[in-house]
Amino acid sequence: MQAFLKGSSLSKNDGETSTKQKPSSEDKKRLEPWVEKYRPKCVDDVAYQEEVVAVLKKSLKDLELPNLLFYGPPGTGKTSTILAISKELFGDMYKTRILELNASDERGISVVREKVKTFAQLSASGVRPDGRPCPPFKIVILDEADSMTSAAQAALRRTMEKETRSTRFCLICNYVSRIIEPITSRCAKFRFKPLSNDILEKRLQEICKNEGLKFNETAMKAVLETSEGDMRKAITYLQSAGRLKPDEIINAEDICEIAGVVPEDIITELMKVCNNNSYEKLESAVQNIILEGYSATQVMNQLHDTIVTSDDLKDSQKSVICERLAVCDKRLMDGADEYLQIMDLATVIMAQMCNAS
Amino acid sequence: MSLWVDKYRPNSLNKLDYHKDQAAHLRKLVQCGDFPHLLIYGPSGSGKKTRIMCLLRELYGSGVTKLRIEHQSFVTPSKKKLEISTVASNYHIEVNPSDAGIYDRVVIQELLKTVAQSHQLQSAAQRQFKGTYYCFLSFSLQYILVVLTEVDSLTKDAQHALRRTMEKYMATCRLILCCNSTSKVIPAIRSRCLGVRVPAPTVNEIIQVLQATCKKEGLNLPAEFANRIAVHSNRNLRRAMLICEACRVQQYPFSENQEIIEPDWELYLKETARQIIDQQSPKRLFEVRGRLYELLIHCIPSDVIMKGLLKELTSNCDGQLKCEITQLAAAYEHSLQLGQKSIYHLEAFVAKFMAIYKRFLEEGLVEGLNDFF
Repeated sequence: MQAFLKGSSLSKNDGETSTKQKPSSEDKKRLEPWVEKYRPKCVDDVAYQEEVVAVLKKSLKDLELPNLLFYGPPGTGKTSTILAISKELFGDMYKTRILELNASDERGISVVREKVKTFAQLSASGVRPDGRPCPPFKIVILDEADSMTSAAQAALRRTMEKETRSTRFCLICNYVSRIIEPITSRCAKFRFKPLSNDILEKRLQEICKNEGLKFNETAMKAVLETSEGDMRKAITYLQSAGRLKPDEIINAEDICEIAGVVPEDIITELMKVCNNNSYEKLESAVQNIILEGYSATQVMNQLHDTIVTSDDLKDSQKSVICERLAVCDKRLMDGADEYLQIMDLATVIMAQMCNAS
Repeated sequence: MSLWVDKYRPNSLNKLDYHKDQAAHLRKLVQCGDFPHLLIYGPSGSGKKTRIMCLLRELYGSGVTKLRIEHQSFVTPSKKKLEISTVASNYHIEVNPSDAGIYDRVVIQELLKTVAQSHQLQSAAQRQFKGTYYCFLSFSLQYILVVLTEVDSLTKDAQHALRRTMEKYMATCRLILCCNSTSKVIPAIRSRCLGVRVPAPTVNEIIQVLQATCKKEGLNLPAEFANRIAVHSNRNLRRAMLICEACRVQQYPFSENQEIIEPDWELYLKETARQIIDQQSPKRLFEVRGRLYELLIHCIPSDVIMKGLLKELTSNCDGQLKCEITQLAAAYEHSLQLGQKSIYHLEAFVAKFMAIYKRFLEEGLVEGLNDFF
């Protein structure tokens, strides 16, 4: 921009342009979220999911693949795995052999009938243009399949069977229970488990070294705790922290702030107020939590941890509180007001602490 | 003449009055030219929008303040036409997708895709001119910013639709999501964004801002009065400013014990609560229903009515009863969110309260009589 302003003579600026353009291409690389940058490139890179990897490697050798159904919590590598295997199977023919549909695409029954069907009906040859063999099928990846309507899933059934000769389906979802039975029985099911902390840590350390992030011990621990086995979450936290404090050492508080974790003393304070048996104090304490901008779900999660491990409460009291906790959590999911729900829960805790004993 | 709230809205990250550390971090974030998707959350009146506008200014300079309103139309799968108005500058586009009601998913999908893809073309075209033209395409121009407000009122469908789109078009567009609370945002989106919490300003911070504003206006604001406004505003800076301006219109110079004007709907709500406490009978219930209708007609959100009622009612009854009523309110507010017409649930709450309160009074009476004999 500055060059534009001062430079009316073009020739003089030409040299500058070329040097200026260079960092921008570098920047473009940096633009990439690390989640994409560090996505496993081949099946061997996929961490911690031994069974799946073993099966897929076998299929790589035989050039044969069953219909697949991947399920498991977010950030465990489901999408990465299927993308990696299809890249290895097809190489540069990747674009023509894969149809990837996810929840951001229109995916009602009409799309299944038309787009998926026409794609499935295309035949695929068993040789590449250059004569080498390649698997004689195409893959339809239905990401986030649990958000498909059951009508759309039902429309898939026959298509899946009829086109087995030339098409494989890979369904990816978080909850296998939301996929209709006829579909699950047509697929080989694989469960992806949450990553263990050592694996997570190893990978994160690698990334930190690569990106030149300065991290202290407690921060790493905080990342591991808050991400709960979700690799994507962990990497996103890392990147965000790196962006916020590019040159400083990142500590545990930064991670907690990014992750939206409520500081421990606010929770203890709330418990203390509950013990006081004063409605007015409770009211202002809860109001304060809301005004500080903490999210009610997070507060409830952490309250749950405190209550379950608490020594002051009897088991019967804990069970009453936890029951209400479940109710309130459901209500929050339905979009109920945060203040009222926390108040509801807190009054129950208060009653249990002060009256039942 | 504009309102003080707009007139004295800080327009750069340096000038923000509170959360300065956070502002410094944000500045660093944009200075490296690239940043992840942002999710900005906090209670209303805490300055989320101000921070977003400051960020945009920091990125693009004063060009972002030249706004235009555009009307975009979308067609749903069921061939229904939708009109959405967006506010846009050359660098960003601001949408409130919840305007589209249950069709917000269509808006999100179409809008983001068109924005993300068309911009790609545009910057490619600019690059083509490089040979003859001097290309001054600055780095930050490579992507367009989409500001989505009220993300928490998006349907789950629409939020799922955002998931993949956010990743796919990362290179051409960045999202700034703005919401009151992250509870209603699905975890998949939360994990893709950098969350920025904007807590409400403390009472002292509000007092400082009020004093500074009045000084700029050439007014004298007594400390005691400023304190009262700040407390009254419930840590909502926008509200505090509005109250202050309203008081200025009403009476100047300010006096220490000047009355603070409350919005009339609040007074109306308080009066309604008083009536409920006053008498519990079907006839009174009928009257209260009329008053609730009156509030709803004037577009007071039903959850605000519920909270207001609860606050007034609990301040008028006994300790044990308070807990019971709070739990009731929580339950009815939940059913209100699920249901279609809010009047049913509000009325049910009032009726239930009347029943409990009356029983409580009668029990008290019987006990009193027992004691007497």
